[in-house]
Amino acid sequence: MRLSKAWIIAAKDFKTYRKKKNIMYSLVVIPLLIAVLIPAVIGYVAQKNTSRTSPAELVVLLPAFLFFYVILGSYLCTPIASYTIAGEKVEKSLEPLLATPTTDSEILLGKGIAAFFPPLAAVLGGSALFMLLMDLTTKDKLGYYYFPDWNSAIVILLLLPLALLMSVQMNVIVSSRVTDIRSGQQLGALTMIPFLGLYVAGELNLIDLGDTSNLLIIAAALLVVDVLLFFLSRATFRREEILTKWK
Amino acid sequence: MIETENLTRKFGDLTAVDNLTLRVNEGEVFGFLGPNGAGKTTTVRMLCCLISKTSGEARIGDYDVGRSEDALKIRRFIGLVPDNVGLYDDLSAYDNLDFYGKLYDCTEAQRKENIRRFLTMLGLWEKRDVMAGTFSKGMKQKLAIARALIHEPKLLFMDEPTANLDPESAKTVRDFILELKKEKRTIFLNTHNLDEAQRICDRIGILSTKLIATGTPQELERALSSGGGTRRTVVLLQEQATDAILAGVRKLPAVGSVTAEGNKLEVALSDPEKQNAAVVEAIVKAGGHIQSVTTVGASLEDVYLKLVREGGGS
Repeated sequence: MRLSKAWIIAAKDFKTYRKKKNIMYSLVVIPLLIAVLIPAVIGYVAQKNTSRTSPAELVVLLPAFLFFYVILGSYLCTPIASYTIAGEKVEKSLEPLLATPTTDSEILLGKGIAAFFPPLAAVLGGSALFMLLMDLTTKDKLGYYYFPDWNSAIVILLLLPLALLMSVQMNVIVSSRVTDIRSGQQLGALTMIPFLGLYVAGELNLIDLGDTSNLLIIAAALLVVDVLLFFLSRATFRREEILTKWK
Repeated sequence: MIETENLTRKFGDLTAVDNLTLRVNEGEVFGFLGPNGAGKTTTVRMLCCLISKTSGEARIGDYDVGRSEDALKIRRFIGLVPDNVGLYDDLSAYDNLDFYGKLYDCTEAQRKENIRRFLTMLGLWEKRDVMAGTFSKGMKQKLAIARALIHEPKLLFMDEPTANLDPESAKTVRDFILELKKEKRTIFLNTHNLDEAQRICDRIGILSTKLIATGTPQELERALSSGGGTRRTVVLLQEQATDAILAGVRKLPAVGSVTAEGNKLEVALSDPEKQNAAVVEAIVKAGGHIQSVTTVGASLEDVYLKLVREGGGS
């Protein structure tokens, strides 16, 4: 596989969806909004000195909030992944692309890069700002800077990329079955559900998202799912399949 | 340039292309005619290594279509204008071509030169920075042709390149194909348009799942005429065709059918060169005055319809 070919395809996709305002707004605005809003709410509540912002409460709340960025990552990835694959299918531009001297894997990798890195960068930037603002907001209550810690590193540097990878691959599979971009986005957004479930479970104290071993177990499970989805998406994204079976 | 032997493609129980044996020579414009669902696009997709063959052999240049090692080489060797242009609407005409140039490993200098050359030839150079999505159908089709040529392939597959185009755009595309023919490129042209095939193509293949005929347009017309097909002699009279004239001509033994419309008389004959004299004599004898006598052979359309119907096409 030639990485250069994948980069050419990814660069074209970057160029194309840079012109899509809805995608650019969602990439920039949503992570920023969350990075600012949650610390602002915590800061506001802390000023009222309620029990909800006691140090004991905060050490439960903060990792759960950070986990929210994993959900956000899989959500942000969906419109781009749908656009780059279902979009090409709808615009009938896959056939000329498939007729070029590139392999299926190179095209798939190019599409994957285009759908993976922008949301990753947006969420990394947003989460960095979130951690900074949260530290500034909670320092007085906790007596120390909560972020960064090992768990936040696991969430942001391990869980987030794995969740994005899962979302990209799910979108490849979904794209093969849908006939328009919007359906692709709607179905692709369902990849958020497992992470949303974990978040809710964390809020209900069914799982401790601040526990390192729990996070590592989730990461391991995600890795297994990603490997399975890799084979499934590769089997789906084959010239023969695309031209004869994709609807 | 292209050779196939018993090339077959099945989709489940459906045979899309059945034992296609074909040869397209270098520098030739080969027209592939056939009704919808005849297997034209499937054939092109197999030859472009986009889908696999079920059985049979096919070679493009020195490469084997069935060998996975040759697939990339074949795709580099050929250019494809698919039936759906499939351009990137949010990219400019220039960027569309530049992207494909990169995928074909053209250097920056080659890309610049070829983009300028082909966009100029197709009358799109002034629109190079305009988004492809704003182009008319004809402009998009031209851009798709330029895209297929960006790496200067020796063999170009064109799938219905003038379908849905207005007459002026279709003419531009046809003229451009003739320009490419002068450059000695081999062109494999899928088309429904018989007139287009007759005007552009050196040879024609008629497909209806199976290849039912190949030859030059003239050869196909001759084959139908000599194979029991009828030819017509059209006689223009100076006056209206009378019953006496019609009766006189109908008496002749070699005559098939005779139809009259005003001063025009159409006589179906198996061998007009030998039988025209008798027809003229019968008309004059019946008091007719002749302006002109013309023999009309089977048209490509006659050939196409006859063969496709016999071949079971729609």
